[in-house]
Amino acid sequence: MNALDITDLTVAYRDKPVLWDIDMSVPAGTLMAIVGPNGAGKTTLIKATLGLVRPAAGQTLIFGRPYAEQRRLVGYVPQRGSVDWDFPTSVLDVVMMGRYGSLGWLRRPGQRERALALEALEKVRMADFASRQISQLSGGQQQRVFLARALVQDAQIYFMDEPFQGVDAVTERAIVALLQDLRASGKTVVVVHHDLQTVPEYFDWVTLINVRRIASGPVAEVFTEANLRATYGGRIAFLGHSEGTGDRVLGTGKRGLGTEYAETANAD
Amino acid sequence: MELFTDYTLRTVALGAALLGVVSGVLGCFAVLRRQALLGDAMSHAALPGIALAFMLTGRREPLILLVGAALAAWLAALLLLAITRTTRVKEDSGLALLLAVFFGFGLVLLSLLQQRPDAAQAGLKSFLFGQAAALVERDVVAMAALGLPALLCVALLWKQFKLISFDPEYAASLGMPVGLLGVALTTLIVVAIVIGLQTVGVVLMSAMLVAPAAAARQWTDRLGVMVLLAAAFGATSGVVGALISATGRGLSTGPTIVLCMAVITAVSLLFAPERGILWRRRRIALSERVPGA
Amino acid sequence: MSPQLEVQLIAVVIAAACAIPGVFLVLRRMAMLSDAISHTVLLGIVLGYFLTRDLASPLLFVGAVAMGVATVSLVELVSRTGLVKEDAAIGLVFPALFSVAVILISRFASNVHLDTDSVLLGELALAPFDRLILLGLDLPRALVVGLGTLLLNLVLVLLFYKELKLATFDAALAAALGFAPALVHYGLMTVVSITAVGAFDAVGSILVIALMVGPPAAAYLLTDRLSRMLALSVLIGAASALAGYWFAAWLDVAIAGSMATMVGVAFLLVYLFAPERGLIATAARRARQRWLFAEQMLALHLLNHAGTPEAAAECASDQVGEHLRWRPVFAAEVVRRAEQGGLVRRQGPMLALTERGRALAQEASLR
Repeated sequence: MNALDITDLTVAYRDKPVLWDIDMSVPAGTLMAIVGPNGAGKTTLIKATLGLVRPAAGQTLIFGRPYAEQRRLVGYVPQRGSVDWDFPTSVLDVVMMGRYGSLGWLRRPGQRERALALEALEKVRMADFASRQISQLSGGQQQRVFLARALVQDAQIYFMDEPFQGVDAVTERAIVALLQDLRASGKTVVVVHHDLQTVPEYFDWVTLINVRRIASGPVAEVFTEANLRATYGGRIAFLGHSEGTGDRVLGTGKRGLGTEYAETANAD
Repeated sequence: MELFTDYTLRTVALGAALLGVVSGVLGCFAVLRRQALLGDAMSHAALPGIALAFMLTGRREPLILLVGAALAAWLAALLLLAITRTTRVKEDSGLALLLAVFFGFGLVLLSLLQQRPDAAQAGLKSFLFGQAAALVERDVVAMAALGLPALLCVALLWKQFKLISFDPEYAASLGMPVGLLGVALTTLIVVAIVIGLQTVGVVLMSAMLVAPAAAARQWTDRLGVMVLLAAAFGATSGVVGALISATGRGLSTGPTIVLCMAVITAVSLLFAPERGILWRRRRIALSERVPGA
Repeated sequence: MSPQLEVQLIAVVIAAACAIPGVFLVLRRMAMLSDAISHTVLLGIVLGYFLTRDLASPLLFVGAVAMGVATVSLVELVSRTGLVKEDAAIGLVFPALFSVAVILISRFASNVHLDTDSVLLGELALAPFDRLILLGLDLPRALVVGLGTLLLNLVLVLLFYKELKLATFDAALAAALGFAPALVHYGLMTVVSITAVGAFDAVGSILVIALMVGPPAAAYLLTDRLSRMLALSVLIGAASALAGYWFAAWLDVAIAGSMATMVGVAFLLVYLFAPERGLIATAARRARQRWLFAEQMLALHLLNHAGTPEAAAECASDQVGEHLRWRPVFAAEVVRRAEQGGLVRRQGPMLALTERGRALAQEASLR
């Protein structure tokens, strides 16, 4: 059974379509990147899947059933910038929030939740920070805390919105290793991703969207120059072929992204 | 001074403490959810509710007046949502507009009531700046009847309120009814406001939501501690301010309480360990003296 | 001139004077600063009175304006520490300053003409009795002050129209071009303070807020152009003031409160009936767009699935709604409209796009 099935999904904000008639399926046990230019609807695709925005048409199924019935199987890592990091709470407390869904209405988190949270912090190498106030963390540490919070949800499929945004190289490698561990244990991980360069290295599946779905499938099959051109339009430059997994991307001609790639290219 | 028996003072102190605790606790959520100014608009908006409740029933029954106040404050919050959701008018404009219009309409109703011959309306004006000395037992009973269930709600829904204040989208992904919980929290904030109206008055009530929370935040990094501290700060300034006003010469209670609270807030902002302004200054000075050590 | 006429004239002049800086407050999302300033100027007046012991001294005016500007910078100071958010900073600063003022009044100045009720309400009805002679004319003081404020605001807006416009709509560009944003900001705050103080005596703090924010907010729903927004705000403010006066006269109620109420009524009318951005127009447009959008969805869906193996299921006229997760009634209506509009036609059990339908789908997919 597929971990995720999206059929005919259209999402609009005030009649302005953000996603047009998206169809895609993700088999269980894959590590998939969603890529596309800014405003392509990557975040919206995740939010629609999690029922955070209501679609105008179509539906998404998690392991064959609607999200509302499968919540326990889903873990979510929102964008780091979406919360106020000056909120008066500790690292451990934030991670325990991941258990709130299975605690029900009135039960408080207790010893068990604490132990699970510490275990998750151990996995992201943040156990030493458990009692820290969250504003004292670096960007990479904040991201790891969010990851730990999703890990304690003990889900079958994880949705992560730009987990590599603004994190240092060490953290990025640590997160990738963690994601690959998750896949190895049979979980499905869906990641909104910005850095085209690393797609073939990190992921085995990829979905290219730009309001419409351009392509979705194994990286080796769909991460091609033609598909990338269709996704990014003229705002992308290519180097020659390499590694046989697709094309090397030099830059998208957009600020920020472009410099990132240029640096990587220089390092090569 | 001789006008007050100990019993009256006890009533006043109890009422002020109750108001301080409830507004301190709920104010934390208002401030963390960036609704500090919504509190201001809603407390001003309560005025026509009080006047209308009195007009319709003709009685100064505290519970009836407070329910009227709550309904009006709630309506203002609802209208704000409608205006900001359906038009391009921004939240700040909506707040200022609703505050002024509701309050202005309240003043119209008050002046309409003044034409009445009966004496019962005379006390309504004390809702502007608060008059703790006028608190009687049944007022305090009404305050408790609204305030204690509100506190109980916060205790029961603690983890929900914490999560929707910190990360509402994540809460929604866990299946929490975030919209409904937000409405519940706003309703509880309205309750905190109406409890304070008689003592602090509509004009300054918002300060009792914002200041205890802002002061408490400086001393701790834990929401639970912050809420307890805010309750303590609110109660302290409430009692001290109300007693000063009740025994002093014709001082309105609202400004006295707000000033007490302002002192606590200023001390917190300046001297709180770790966060306080002077504390941070000292740390910077120390780190400059020992470079790299 | 009769006192009634004078009161109305004063009200209209003050409404116009308030509307002009109000437009910029609303556009710059600083409307709640009018709440703060209109309250704290009282402290300036009180302190000025303690210094001069004279309620008519111009020093009171200066003190009040300075206090208004000081309020804004104190709010900025507090929020810049990062210890509290900006909205909380406003909510901390002005109630404290206002409380000081109210206590000073009731403790030390309750015998003079300064009392807390008139602070909120103003005493517009009494304004014609406080007169002064200017250029040989016997005029109400409030009218002279109001006219002075209005004139100042008009002159400033005309002089700095370009700068204000740029600083409001593109602060970054304005800064790059060398207009100091801080200068524009504090200039505006000074003007807001002057206007609030000028209007304060006559109409009280609450009506100052209503007149500064309400008419510009209403005008914001009526036009996209700054110059028109300014003009409309002045008109709406003046009309609300007049309507409020007559409403108050009819029921014999508080004038300032009644004017604030009428500002609310004016906003409500605009909110409901504004030709493009009003609630009714918006609802009607949404309803139209909803069908159009649904037809686009249908066309795009057909385009996506035509010629694919699953087309038989995805494009069957009786199943297409099910695939899009539409309610059957809604789906049938969309199909009917699309057929009627020549976007699709039936081919046996299937729906197929016409040329027009294909064009619509392609156009939609390009958005």
